[in-house]
Amino acid sequence: MDYFLSEEQKMIVETARQITNEYIIPHRAALDEQDKFPRTILNAMAQADLFGIPVPEEFGGFGGGCLDIVLALEQLGRGCIGVGTAFAASSLGIYPILQAGSQEMRERYLPDAAAGKKFAAFGLTEANAGSDASGIQTTAVLDGDEWVVNGTKQWITNGGEAQIYTIVAITDRSKGPRGASMLVVEEGDPGFSCGPKEKKMGIRASSTTELIFKDCRIPKDRLIGRKGTGFITIMKTLDSSRPGIAALGLGLAQAALDEAACYAKQRVQFGKPIIAFQAVQHMLADMAIQLEAARALVYGAARHIDAHPQNMSKVSSMCKVFATDMAMKVATDAVQVMGGYGYMREYPVEKMMRDAKILQIYEGTNQIQRNVVGQELNKEYARVSVNG
Amino acid sequence: MKIIVCIKQVLDAKDVHLDPVTNNLLREGVPSIMNPYDQYAVEEAVRLKELLGGEVTVLSMGPPQAEDVLRQAISCGADHAVLVSDRAFAGADTWATSYTLAMAIQAIGAFELILCGKQAIDGDTAQVGPSLALRLGIPFVTCVQKVRQATDSGLILERMMDDGYDVLSVDYPALLTVVKDINKPRVPSLKGKMRAKKIEIRKLTAADIGADPLCIGLPGSPTQVEKVFSPPVRSQHTVFTGSIDEQIDQLIDSLKAYL
Ligand SMILES: Cc1cc2nc3c(=O)[nH]c(=O)nc-3n(C[C@H](O)[C@H](O)[C@@H](O)COP(=O)(O)OP(=O)(O)OC[C@H]3O[C@@H](n4cnc5c(N)ncnc54)[C@H](O)[C@@H]3O)c2cc1C
Ligand SMILES: Cc1cc2nc3c(=O)[nH]c(=O)nc-3n(C[C@H](O)[C@H](O)[C@H](O)COP(=O)(O)OP(=O)(O)OC[C@H]3O[C@@H](n4cnc5c(N)ncnc54)[C@H](O)[C@@H]3O)c2cc1C
Repeated sequence: MDYFLSEEQKMIVETARQITNEYIIPHRAALDEQDKFPRTILNAMAQADLFGIPVPEEFGGFGGGCLDIVLALEQLGRGCIGVGTAFAASSLGIYPILQAGSQEMRERYLPDAAAGKKFAAFGLTEANAGSDASGIQTTAVLDGDEWVVNGTKQWITNGGEAQIYTIVAITDRSKGPRGASMLVVEEGDPGFSCGPKEKKMGIRASSTTELIFKDCRIPKDRLIGRKGTGFITIMKTLDSSRPGIAALGLGLAQAALDEAACYAKQRVQFGKPIIAFQAVQHMLADMAIQLEAARALVYGAARHIDAHPQNMSKVSSMCKVFATDMAMKVATDAVQVMGGYGYMREYPVEKMMRDAKILQIYEGTNQIQRNVVGQELNKEYARVSVNG
Repeated sequence: MKIIVCIKQVLDAKDVHLDPVTNNLLREGVPSIMNPYDQYAVEEAVRLKELLGGEVTVLSMGPPQAEDVLRQAISCGADHAVLVSDRAFAGADTWATSYTLAMAIQAIGAFELILCGKQAIDGDTAQVGPSLALRLGIPFVTCVQKVRQATDSGLILERMMDDGYDVLSVDYPALLTVVKDINKPRVPSLKGKMRAKKIEIRKLTAADIGADPLCIGLPGSPTQVEKVFSPPVRSQHTVFTGSIDEQIDQLIDSLKAYL
């Protein structure tokens, strides 16, 4: 289908596609087997300016929007969503600075982030704060000209590999949700360390670790925006970034469909290529239908977000749920179409099925996304009557 | 450091076919690409620029469409592009081509280094680089597989040989032709692509470079292609596709038929 992309957007697709074909696909199996962080690939992406997509031109970036990053992530997802996650988490990490940081802070971090010289990470989750961010226990207390941070973040993508960490900490517990703030912690800050890499089911090219703060002292000006605005910044960050996770799902599903359809054409049983059996054909048809529907929704949601509406939570959550549930289903069906071969490590769909699962969990589980959509509907229907 | 890279636009080899009757190349609808070796030459030039500072100019002799490969080189990091294009250049052999490129380079101005591909995948003669160096009166090193050391005065190079490699040093100005082992060309960057879209390509005609009409194109070419033909298919052949393992399996299966 033609989605009427601009010249610049076609360039982004072409560039990310080339990186995916030349750098990711040939190495994805080894990265997965060895739990290896894709440093060389990320360097190639940096060289091709992909890290600059979300960064404004004045800081050396490309000044792109949500659809631009979606297009890049879709291509990367076609190769490996472990690599795609490392890339996406870096833009997630700088987003709070981009959208709420002072001019000085933006000048300090964004040029290196745009050039891919420094990677970023986003630290929200803790052992007792998963879906429920109000359970955050990490604190930041002002002591003279420094914040003193204490606590532990859990399952942070790019942990140990990033140089810039944007984290959420409680700065005033008495204020409830208005008592959380975002801060920038840098690799090497005293009292800050990362735990060992977690052993995961999928996206094993990405690094996931704890962030440990023990009387970690950072300068006062590392506060992002005003004190107490942490949750607002997080919400805005996640609303803009979720379509990117949806896009990883599009790419993964496209790759799984491609593998399954090619295989079904050449695998012969009962004297026929299995694609000749209607049961197989219908499975492939459903995969293609679901994928295209998801793509239309994700691109539409991204364009909606690029128009900077007042409220974007609903469309952002909708496209995340739909595209990532679709990716899980399509990856599972791709394995089914390929039978026992699909279950073997020799074929890439085995990894795709393991990888797909994370898309339904991180950046807000799909249950939580449905809660968001449901709550928005509840608000909307308080205003709208049945007869419109 | 001023570096000039000579690039040729060629037909994508995997799509080239001859008209079975006239034996002419069927150019219609066949995509043109940058001669693959020249991509490595552009990459090496850009790396040397990043190391030593300076500018990279890409130069091509060809029809107006050759602009495309020049823009591609810009997207990979070259700074300037020059297209020498004139109907009078048509039918040039390597002799006339190197004359034309030499005249164009003199029109462009001073340089320290010229890079060429080892050979073009269509003409395949590997003569243009050396011939150009001789016309300019500068040393040349062919089949460079590695730049070991680069300074403001010269280079230390590895030249690929059948049985290993030679290590050579050369002072500027010099001309190198490069093989594919020399580097891995970068993916064109987004900013590079934007620049490539907008950049103005300097166009030079035969008159602009002061070329002698008798030395260019068909009149300047002692070699002329008499006849080009596809060799007759000698025996049946089978092409195996898929992964190496799949191809091996297919090969074994087909050999079994002869047991
Ligand atoms: C099928 C075929 C057969 C031919 N046979 C002959 C022949 O037998 N004798 C003969 O003299 N000519 C022949 N030609 C013509 C000749 O190949 C080209 O005209 C000549 O321009 C370049 O020679 P080449 O392609 O062999 O280049 P090579 O010498 O193989 O190219 C080496 C490098 O020189 C540079 N270069 C070459 N051409 C250009 C250009 N136009 N602009 C900028 N840089 C360039 C590139 O860096 C390239 O990598 C033939 C052409 C074809 C298509
Ligand atoms: C590989 C990986 C990478 C990650 N990267 C990051 C990162 O970079 N930064 C970061 O901050 N976090 C990261 N996370 C954390 C991730 O965002 C959380 O795992 C996620 O938000 C869910 O939290 P939880 O795992 O604690 O699940 P829980 O919140 O404990 O949820 C468990 C189950 O209960 C359901 N549930 C919970 N509450 C409700 C409710 N109200 N209604 C309906 N169902 C509910 C959930 O949907 C889920 O099915 C990462 C996680 C993983 C696994």
